[in-house]
Amino acid sequence: MTVAAMQRPPKVARQSSAAGVRLALSGDWTLFASHRLEEEGRRIVEEARLDRMVAIDLSQVSQLDTAGAWLINRARHDLARRDVAVTLEDVRPEYSTLLEETHYRAFAAPSRPRFNVIFVLLADFGESIVDALREFYRGVGFLGEFVSSMIYVAAHPQRFRLTSLVAQIELVGFRSVPIIVLINILVGGIVAQQGIFQLLKFGASSYSVSLIGILVLRELGVLLTSIMIAGRSGSAITAELGSMKMREEIDALLVMGLSPIEVLIAPRVLGLVISLPILTFIADIAALFGGMVVSWWYGGISPAAFASLLKEAIALHTFLVGIIKAPFMALVIGLIASMDGLATQGSAESLGRQVTSSVVKSIFMVIVMDGLFAVFFAAIDY
Amino acid sequence: MTSSSTHANDVAQQRLNRDVVISVRDLVVGFGDKTIMKGLSLDVYRGEVLGFVGGSGQGKSVLTRAILGLVPTRGGAIRVFGQDRDALAPLERRALEQRWGVLFQNGALFSGLTVKQNIQMPMREMRDLSQRLMDELAMLKLELVGLSPDAADKFPSELSGGMVKRAALARALALDPELVFLDEPTSGLDPISAAEFDELIGTLQQTLGLTVFMVTHDLDSLYSICDRVAALAEGRVIAAGPLETLLASNHPWLKAYFHGVRGGRLTAARVEQKDEQWKPAPTTP
Repeated sequence: MTVAAMQRPPKVARQSSAAGVRLALSGDWTLFASHRLEEEGRRIVEEARLDRMVAIDLSQVSQLDTAGAWLINRARHDLARRDVAVTLEDVRPEYSTLLEETHYRAFAAPSRPRFNVIFVLLADFGESIVDALREFYRGVGFLGEFVSSMIYVAAHPQRFRLTSLVAQIELVGFRSVPIIVLINILVGGIVAQQGIFQLLKFGASSYSVSLIGILVLRELGVLLTSIMIAGRSGSAITAELGSMKMREEIDALLVMGLSPIEVLIAPRVLGLVISLPILTFIADIAALFGGMVVSWWYGGISPAAFASLLKEAIALHTFLVGIIKAPFMALVIGLIASMDGLATQGSAESLGRQVTSSVVKSIFMVIVMDGLFAVFFAAIDY
Repeated sequence: MTSSSTHANDVAQQRLNRDVVISVRDLVVGFGDKTIMKGLSLDVYRGEVLGFVGGSGQGKSVLTRAILGLVPTRGGAIRVFGQDRDALAPLERRALEQRWGVLFQNGALFSGLTVKQNIQMPMREMRDLSQRLMDELAMLKLELVGLSPDAADKFPSELSGGMVKRAALARALALDPELVFLDEPTSGLDPISAAEFDELIGTLQQTLGLTVFMVTHDLDSLYSICDRVAALAEGRVIAAGPLETLLASNHPWLKAYFHGVRGGRLTAARVEQKDEQWKPAPTTP
């Protein structure tokens, strides 16, 4: 038995007799009939709008729900406005309550204030600038809170949550190793391939090794790792803190007299600060390995030659320039992620928005920081 | 009170010639190595309000979820509207699912949509209606559940607990279902709102001819609106019938539930109230 077979479609039949006009309704006047129901509701008005008096006969209606009752009542109201007198006949007792409950009333559409498009555009623009400034202000405040709670923890080392920190290092650092190694091998290989291919025109393909070494150690290793961690761990921190905020867990900490920064945020941010330099080191090695393999296979530079060329091209400070940046990147990612997590409001939508904003902001800030460091290192000639 | 108890007697009398809306037979549900339902059987008849009680963690919600198909079963049969869910084709199953409405314990309103959009969601997805009719029906449903029209454009996060329940009930009623599941509808409401909500369910049940399956801990709801009560313990329905039969039962759990510290106080109060109705009014000197 299919569902459609069970349904009797709603119908309106007009019967004129000496006694007057009758509209006999039949079938299931339920929402199941969808737009068919609406059409039949309109037909009641159309069939009867030119008459003076009309009787609507409900004896053949096999089912009636709120939508059906509403449409019948709406039709009665529309007819009454055209000075047609309408009576309902043969209403089953179980329908009469429903018909009473759904008597027609106009629901006032809630008024929405309308503004000029240009006005709205300007207001939005201004608002976003103010928001950005406010965000920056809050960020600085948050950094201060974090530093002061770190100082407090340093003075009271027994309050430090070592287990939590180790768990974070495992989550953020150890478990990201495979993906970091993979993308860095690929990027090292791509840089090598492009370097060899472009420098070949000048017969200087062996310089590609210096290119790989300097580029990877100074910039690419730390940048790729930071972006990867911002996407992978920053988003996780925001989502975790955000859902804790939604479920009032943060408030529970506060009323116990515990600081969420000390309990939740310090282990996460410290975990990032410790993990990111280690990951950067692993990323550097992986990228150099990728570069070496491609140079050997594509440029005919043997690993031994690659190693000696690399040794000439780079010095300790090349490596240090990259690795010094890592903890700062970690701090930026961790603080932005935590701050956005705590700014989550009640709805699931808000959580989604905060995670997006956290990832976008931390990647942006990582690149800005990298630029600032480049300027700084150039200025001090390092 | 009197009308509800005569109604309950009618239900008992008409039992044999009434439609069974939900029929659960020998249901077994478990998670891991823990079995929660051990051969549970239960019938819900058309047009009745069935109150379902049981201790915390006994699996009241699990049964509801099993009937709704949200929890896999290990054995037994569940038939809703005479149809076995598992034997249905996907399309028929969807048609079946449109004949029931569910009020989840915490409302489960979609947080990204306004109250009105929440109510219109089932209509929009399952039916082909004009925006005007959907607006009118949504406002009508809001009025039926006793919410003011200005709640229509609010988001769930802007509503109080009682309003969330009402809005969620309006959404459950959006397609005019024949069967409504209520999971602890009055929990978290103050006694006044809870009583209002009970009354609301009663009126809606009569106006719309609903069958109501209500999981509850609220003894007041059991007294005021339930035609029958089923009690769950040890993975089985240990008793089902009009409240009076359960009150008279000798089962230790039922005795503890209805005649324990809290239940007993309420039962005593109710009995007293009834007695007073029978006594002639005291004459003032």
